[in-house]
Amino acid sequence: MEINQINKRIRQATDWPKYFYTFIITVVIFSTAFYISQYFGNKKIEQIRQIENKISIDILSSETQFSLLAETSCKNIGTDIFSKELGNLADRLSYTEAKSGIDDAEVIDLKKYYSLLQIKDFLLMNKMAEKCKKKPISIIYFYTNEGNCTDCTKEGYVLTALREKYPSIRVYSFDNNLDLSAIQTLISIYKIEHNFPAIILDDKTYSGFQSLSTLEEIILKNHPELNVELNATSTATSTAGTSTVKK
Amino acid sequence: MQNISNIIVYVFSFLSLYFEIFLLITYIEKRKSIGEKADSEELNYFPTTTIMVPCFNEEKTLEKTVNSLLNLDYPKDKIEIFIVDDGSTDGTYEVAKKFSNNPQIKIFKKENGGKHTVLNFGIKNSRSELIGCLDADSFVDKYALKRIVYFFNKDKNTMAVVPAIKIHEPKNIIQKIQNVEYNLGVFKRKVLSLLDALYVTPGPFSIFRREVFETLGYYKHAHLTEDFEMAMRMQASHYKIDNSHKSFVYTVAPNSLKKLYKQRLRWTYGFIKNAIDYRFMFFKKEYGNMSFFLLPTAIFSIISAIYLVTVFIVEMIGKISDKILEIQVVGFKFDLSKWNFDPFYLNTETISILALMAGILSIYIILISQKIADDKVKIKLDLVYFLIVYPFIAPIWLFKAVYNTVLSKKTLWR
Repeated sequence: MEINQINKRIRQATDWPKYFYTFIITVVIFSTAFYISQYFGNKKIEQIRQIENKISIDILSSETQFSLLAETSCKNIGTDIFSKELGNLADRLSYTEAKSGIDDAEVIDLKKYYSLLQIKDFLLMNKMAEKCKKKPISIIYFYTNEGNCTDCTKEGYVLTALREKYPSIRVYSFDNNLDLSAIQTLISIYKIEHNFPAIILDDKTYSGFQSLSTLEEIILKNHPELNVELNATSTATSTAGTSTVKK
Repeated sequence: MQNISNIIVYVFSFLSLYFEIFLLITYIEKRKSIGEKADSEELNYFPTTTIMVPCFNEEKTLEKTVNSLLNLDYPKDKIEIFIVDDGSTDGTYEVAKKFSNNPQIKIFKKENGGKHTVLNFGIKNSRSELIGCLDADSFVDKYALKRIVYFFNKDKNTMAVVPAIKIHEPKNIIQKIQNVEYNLGVFKRKVLSLLDALYVTPGPFSIFRREVFETLGYYKHAHLTEDFEMAMRMQASHYKIDNSHKSFVYTVAPNSLKKLYKQRLRWTYGFIKNAIDYRFMFFKKEYGNMSFFLLPTAIFSIISAIYLVTVFIVEMIGKISDKILEIQVVGFKFDLSKWNFDPFYLNTETISILALMAGILSIYIILISQKIADDKVKIKLDLVYFLIVYPFIAPIWLFKAVYNTVLSKKTLWR
């Protein structure tokens, strides 16, 4: 057989329509994946919003309840639930922020609302403490998302662990980069220098990373009653879990 | 930077998905013709055939290889077997001499010169119409040659026919992974033959018309992958390469990661180097699907596998270092009782959903491959090993092959 005889073979032509409809099918699959992702993403955002709304109503309810009962009794004003719900919300926000990115407008919006709810809860707790002479242990934590703040990440782990160990401690976390005047007011009230992470504990400001043992030592020194709680939780399984938004 | 990386990941995912869908559509379009006459063993003409068995230190498997050839269902006077010892240093030649009294077999011994020299030596000594080779670590099914010859008889333009290669008795995980991969290869080879885009005529039992060597020349060193180069040369000359997916050949697979790595490094490096040598075939209308589909996607798949796995590893390193940081700060805590399933934390990112879809599509293709290769579909643990382990080991040799290509480092046979 001669080479030119072999070359007479007509090669299978490129099936351009197949290239095209394969492209269309791939685009459809891709679009479906985008749509599904978007759908579940929106559902999650919606879920966070619902939790925020619920907390908002609960705080309003507590404030109202407090106003009604404050004159007569400090009893029957439930606040423990908020602590858990705020923690639950923080976990979800933290997860959503990690997935969507810190610049996501929706996440920023949710975080602002979350920050305001924390401030409201904090103020309510202070009012109740003043009236009922029973001040809850609160930690206000400022962090930054700017740059690579490893100490902020570490402090996040410490505060989460602390909250798990002592469920009655209320941890309020605030992102310094959030464009929210209420946060800036808090920063100026507590005279926070721009040295993050920063912690306010029992009206005292601690700048830079504070280890778990350091914080525990301070808390147990000022609030010896927590030793009792620690003993109680060590024998029972706690399901409470509050964390900071930024870990 | 993160956004650019995300876009690259999406582009690679899109193209990977496109490749899978293209193969699947081709299969669905032609699946009836795949089944048709695939098992035909009735031939009206039996061309004379020479099968070369190149061997270098193959004393353990040579006898079984030759016996499988002797057992072929093909007229004895139409087939001759050349055992060519390429300067073995073990008892290969002694094993070969056991067959010296068989009139079908000729035994040669030459100085070591590499596989392509053995093949060329055999081709020069053969006068048969068809010439093929069977590596000394492979064994043929009884009907393999008949089924291959059917394709030569059917179309005089068919210049080479490649078989369906399967793993011989896969035992450990490494071999079982390759078993799935080879089954997948049976499917891909069939579909690529339908697209006129076969890019390799593998060592185990690819059969050629002797005109191929007379008109295109002999085998070349070709970066230790003479089987890639020959197929590329044929495609460049528009010679038809077909596939007989029911001509089974069983090959002994590397049984360790190290051996597998060396083999795959050689294959990948050889493919890249040959693709570079034949770069004129990219995006040229005259080369059909070979030019617009096979070659670009093959090169792209190497790059994308390296990139995607690198991105994955970087992410994993980030997560692991976060965990280490957490352990350093608060100690190690693991309390299963505190764990509860919350659908909120299910990963619903687009890329995860795409990965899931691509995974399902891959499993479907693997099952089709199994059906073509074995005529039955059975979900085995091998599939799990393949899906979990293969994506992480393959990029190792892909990365090294690219590295060697870029730095012009030569790979070794063993």
